[in-house]
Amino acid sequence: MKIHEYQGKQLFRKYGVPVPIGIAATSVEEALAAIPKVQEQGGTEVVVVKAQIHAGGRGKGGGVKVAKTKADAEAAVKAIFGMQLITPQTGPEGKKVQRLLVEQGLAIDHEFYLGMLLDRTTGRVTVMASREGGMDIEEVAASHPEKIIKESVNPATGWQDNQSRSLAKALGMTGKVAGELGKFMTALTRAYDELDCSLLEINPLITTKDGKVLALDAKINFDDNAMFRHPELEELRDPNEEDASEQEAKKWDLSYISLEGNIGCMVNGAGLAMSTMDIIKFYGGAPANFLDVGGGATAEKVTAAFKIITSDPEVKAIFVNIFGGIMKCDTIAEGVIKAVKETGLKQPLVVRLEGTNVELGKKMLAESGLNIVAAADMADGAQKAVKAAKEAR
Amino acid sequence: MSVLVGFDTRLVVQGMGTAGAFHAKQMIEYGTKVVAGVTPGKGGSKVAGLEQVPIYDTVEEAVRLAHANTTVIYVPPPFAADAILEAASAGIELIICITEGIPARDMIKVKYVLDLEYPEVVLVGPNCPGVITPGQCKVGIMPGYIHKPGGVGVVSRSGTLTYEVVGQLTKLGLGQSTAIGIGGDPVKGTDFIDALAWFANDPGTSSIFMIGEIGGDSEERAAQFIKDHIDKPVAAFIGGQTAPPGKRMGHAGAIISGGKGAASDKIAALKAANIAVAATPAEMGTTLAKVLGL
Repeated sequence: MKIHEYQGKQLFRKYGVPVPIGIAATSVEEALAAIPKVQEQGGTEVVVVKAQIHAGGRGKGGGVKVAKTKADAEAAVKAIFGMQLITPQTGPEGKKVQRLLVEQGLAIDHEFYLGMLLDRTTGRVTVMASREGGMDIEEVAASHPEKIIKESVNPATGWQDNQSRSLAKALGMTGKVAGELGKFMTALTRAYDELDCSLLEINPLITTKDGKVLALDAKINFDDNAMFRHPELEELRDPNEEDASEQEAKKWDLSYISLEGNIGCMVNGAGLAMSTMDIIKFYGGAPANFLDVGGGATAEKVTAAFKIITSDPEVKAIFVNIFGGIMKCDTIAEGVIKAVKETGLKQPLVVRLEGTNVELGKKMLAESGLNIVAAADMADGAQKAVKAAKEAR
Repeated sequence: MSVLVGFDTRLVVQGMGTAGAFHAKQMIEYGTKVVAGVTPGKGGSKVAGLEQVPIYDTVEEAVRLAHANTTVIYVPPPFAADAILEAASAGIELIICITEGIPARDMIKVKYVLDLEYPEVVLVGPNCPGVITPGQCKVGIMPGYIHKPGGVGVVSRSGTLTYEVVGQLTKLGLGQSTAIGIGGDPVKGTDFIDALAWFANDPGTSSIFMIGEIGGDSEERAAQFIKDHIDKPVAAFIGGQTAPPGKRMGHAGAIISGGKGAASDKIAALKAANIAVAATPAEMGTTLAKVLGL
């Protein structure tokens, strides 16, 4: 799960990770009212107006503006709020800005990069830092891997002060600033652990001319598997940032991702679902979604999954690809038949069934009277679905 | 011959709930020696249809009284990490964890403790279909009937893709020595390299099929390992060639992040190690058959 920068900074504050003074707003009026307050609390005329969308690269798309006066700040608020912000991560259609963060301007001394994530090779959380802040870290990693400093977190002891000291040294921080970084890291690594983060990125982390260390940005992703112990974080979910079909799928505990193509897929198992997308592409088609109905789905869940697929207007053909293990083929057949009876079926439906109770599942579909194209195997099914989608256009 | 599980396996099922009991029955039908079930607080009770299986409160009792040497875990995610560590401390040698959805933070700790205190214990999973030695022993959730005893060792990050390749191999007359599902989580026990080394040393395994997917660099490391250490024929498939970056494709571990973990890199690494890679998931069986000259 992803959250907004301002929400990330609120969590940082709670854990004692220093962030600039700032006020979040969900309307132009609120944002305008925030300007003088931030100016007063921050002790400077300079404020930064930042668009709050989940995608990165906001500055490049014109979603972040530094304003030296109140009038400039007001103009920035009016320009950014409601704009269709296009960044390298939003796709060409962009994302409408419906939330703003008005933040104190700071006298930056140096910008750094700081990230935390799971290193799968070692099975430990790793802190990554670089003096090349503000830049695209992937570019730095590719061109100058020696400029990225890595420290892994011991699962038994947690982050240690000596690691903060070596990090400060490697980043060229000395004296008071090095001490500030130590406090910053202790708080940050505690937040990562307690909040079950899966990714934490601060780009840039800054030092100020008066010797402070602050997080100027906050990108936080949480481990979806750990959300059961963080009901408080559910409130931070922004429905505007999530695809409607993906939200509906989440209600049913289905793993669903919308894609650009026109062949709706219903598959059991993540690996098979991914590979079904691959084989559709291989035969010249384009999948409309990734959908894993999971192992132990009920007929109701299958019905819900089927309705999500058919509600996508782009879908021109449907490919159901099941290799039943725990998932029984008759359960799939029952769910599909029920969904079609409830909502009708406008698109050609190709079904490939294999595995547990396959004969029963095939018999149910054959006797249902539905117009179903049976597929002998995965390749046959993919080719038939691609053909059907092309003919429908 | 086989690896991990076989006629000597004495299995305890941790988490005898609906799923655990269902699969315990399936495993017994397949011929697996299920010697005990563990559900805390339910010790001494009976599970309908499984009256012959004693239920204990602890794994320690299952080891001491029923001589269990292997466990399969169906415990829900919030309690699964604890269940793994309980099994290790009770002296279980092989822990197969089916549970999907265990938080990464829990698994980081489990892995740390296992590596440090129980280096001899083998963990398979979590979030995996289990391990099967066809004709001998099935531990997990895979449909038994698609398998056939033979010489192909199968190792896979994906459950249903394992069924897919096994189904294809069986149809081609190629039986399997053992099929190991290592699971789709970022922090897990057995990785490709472990399984590959077991297959390399197993006289009953004459060739290997490996199924990887996007995310991480296990497949790249496996490719190097095969190049350096394995003489047996190997074929592979990588799922997620068309997956968009930044999206988690169902499995917690299946995500292309920061430009890393793309299928194309993995396929290139495998091909560079002279491993045949199936172009589509429908051609996994035939790709290995071709390598074997069949």
